[in-house]
Amino acid sequence: MKVSVQTEDFDLSTEVKNLAGKNGNVGAVASFVGVVREVAMTLEHYPTMTEAAIRKIVEEAKSRWQVMDCTVIHRFGELKPSDQIVLVAVASAHRGDAFAACEFIMDYLKTRAPFWKKEHRAEGARWVEARASDDDAAERWAGKGR
Amino acid sequence: MKVKVLFFAGLREQLGTAAEEIELPAGVNTVAALRSHLLGRGEKWKSALGEARLVRTAVNQDMVQAAARIKAGDEVAFFPPVTGG
Repeated sequence: MKVSVQTEDFDLSTEVKNLAGKNGNVGAVASFVGVVREVAMTLEHYPTMTEAAIRKIVEEAKSRWQVMDCTVIHRFGELKPSDQIVLVAVASAHRGDAFAACEFIMDYLKTRAPFWKKEHRAEGARWVEARASDDDAAERWAGKGR
Repeated sequence: MKVKVLFFAGLREQLGTAAEEIELPAGVNTVAALRSHLLGRGEKWKSALGEARLVRTAVNQDMVQAAARIKAGDEVAFFPPVTGG
C-alpha cells in the first residue's frame, strides 16, 4: 500500500505500472483521478491525522474486497483549474473487486479524510460546504463487500 | 487537566486560532463537554461552535462522536465537515 499526502503533482501511468508490475497475479488496476474544476483553490489538511485516516479507509476496503495492492495520493496547498487533486488506484485479480474497492475508497475519502477546500472566486475566497450527497455516497456501502 | 485543542479550515479562521493548550475544569471529560465549555468564552465562540453549526471532532487524530471521553494530554480537534477528494 502506498499513501502519500503531498504538494507535488503525480503521474497516473507511473503509479499504475508500479501497481501492476509488482505481482504477477494482478489482472486489473482500477483508478480514479480527481481534477480541479474552473476555480483555483487552497487545500488544507490535518497533517498528523490525514495519512492514518486514509490508511484506515484502505484497510476497510481490503477487508471487503480482494485487493492486492493500492495507491492513494492526495495533494494539498495551492491548486489551479485542471490540476490533479487525488489519485486512487486499486490492483486486484479481477475487475469487479478493483472497481468496487476504488469507488468505495473515494466515497469514504470524501467524508472521512481531513481535507478542506477553499475556493478563490472573483468575488472572494470561500470554504467549500460539505454536501449531503457525499454522505449518501459513503453510506450506500453499508454491508457491501465480503 | 490540560488538553491540546486544534481548529481547522473555516473554524480556525473564524476563531483566529489554530492551536492552544487549555486547562479544563473538573467534570469536562467528553468532547461534547469541551465544546460547551468553549461556548462560554463569548459570542465569537458561540457563533463558530454553537449547536446550529455542523462540527466534526477527532481525539488523538481519530474521528469520534461527541460522547467520546477525553483525558489529560489528549489532542482534540474541531473542524467543519471535510471536503477533500
